[in-house]
Amino acid sequence: MSVKRIPLSANHAAAYAAKACDIDVAAVYPITPQVEVAERLGQFVADGELRAEYIPVESEHSAMSACVGASSAGARAFTATASQGLALMHEILFIASGSRLPIVMALANRTLSSPINIHCDHSDSMASRDCGWVQIYASSGQEVYDSVIQAYKLAEDDKILLPVMVCFDGYILSHTYEPVLVNSDEDVLGFVPKNVKRLLDPDNPLSIGVFCMPDYEYEFKYQLVEALGNVPDRLKKVDQAFGERFGRGYGLYEMYRMDDAEVVMVALGTMASTAKAAIDELRTEGEKVGLFRPRLFRPNPVDEWRAILSKYNMLMVVDRAMSLGSVAGPLALELLGAFMNEKDRPRFMNFVAGIGGRDVTVEDIKQMFRKTIDAHRSGTTMRTCQYYGVRM
Amino acid sequence: MSELKSYKEIPIGSKNVEAGSSVRNETGSWRDFKPVVDMDKCIKCLMCFISCPDATINPTTFGVNYAHCKGCGICAQMCPVGAVTMVEEVV
Repeated sequence: MSVKRIPLSANHAAAYAAKACDIDVAAVYPITPQVEVAERLGQFVADGELRAEYIPVESEHSAMSACVGASSAGARAFTATASQGLALMHEILFIASGSRLPIVMALANRTLSSPINIHCDHSDSMASRDCGWVQIYASSGQEVYDSVIQAYKLAEDDKILLPVMVCFDGYILSHTYEPVLVNSDEDVLGFVPKNVKRLLDPDNPLSIGVFCMPDYEYEFKYQLVEALGNVPDRLKKVDQAFGERFGRGYGLYEMYRMDDAEVVMVALGTMASTAKAAIDELRTEGEKVGLFRPRLFRPNPVDEWRAILSKYNMLMVVDRAMSLGSVAGPLALELLGAFMNEKDRPRFMNFVAGIGGRDVTVEDIKQMFRKTIDAHRSGTTMRTCQYYGVRM
Repeated sequence: MSELKSYKEIPIGSKNVEAGSSVRNETGSWRDFKPVVDMDKCIKCLMCFISCPDATINPTTFGVNYAHCKGCGICAQMCPVGAVTMVEEVV
């Protein structure tokens, strides 16, 4: 096995992983902050390092449509997007999952217009969380590289056959260069041999994306429920096998200094990395605080979430997206859902922070922790999420 | 009507594994006007055959398959010699 340590941005890490998986079709429309993925894949193809069809599509709607066609024809298909691009793909996202096509997407999280803003929050992927796609949120360039590889292994599993998006924070991660361990393409392909079913076969003609009446639509949609239900167990196995092969693993979530914690923060992506520094500082100040970072979000491994989190008194869920019109952010809503009808359950504090790329510093997280600890000790009950840092 | 199947008994992923199943699904009853071809005027240019969005014109006999013709009238519009007339269906 050969491994190289290369300085890569998370965007480049995603492109390197897609190349290592020997994708057959890349249909990518460039959009900030994902452009480097499109550029690097184009470079790989132009240099002859990747034998793939690079389709310079005219929009993201076409990018996802091209992936649907390619995947139906048995090709390993890849795309990447962000923000408005994902919004424009929205219609086809459902067709990819409904047609059970194992497409993998790299998503550099960026907020949605209006106002137009190219910086990070999770409103793009959160607005697509009901599409039947698996969502993995990474917190480092290495995790992006590894997650794209794991994503193909998961997506093409016979018990899954679902598209997967690997989400990483725009700019904060997409444009940050870090040393990434890059395995040889042979070793990676040895781990994820291609297993894409060829649906479009002239010798066995069939129709895909067919018309359906009320008597069967529900049953087709329920198939997605069952497949998504298989994801947590399968991803855990894929991650374990990946760890045995390459020595790196992540599980379905990350836990940091949660033992004896009075307040456990729950957050996705890079904000969770910043939180570790805040937690270390608060621990030296005598506060018992910890972190739970879900990596797999949708489908949510709710049984495990419940088993782990029910013994804590107070959860501080920090959302990097707004669920407009709701009482809480999307991550908090999912966690609240995990405790549906549960007697032994933690109390919740929910903050929204980091909207439109607003920096969330160590000090910000410490302040949120302090507010949560105060609320916990005084028995204050918050009925809605708190919009941290907004100028009133 | 056949027995409705469970989610486990149908193909995965909204596909129809039986090719050409629309042959069985007759749609002629949707029609309120039907195309009638005047073979004395017909010059056998095949414009009606090419233009039909279904496949109801027989390219050899120029007969219309009324089990599938929905009466859209495109053949009558396209015919360069006016050989196709749309005639109201009388039940």
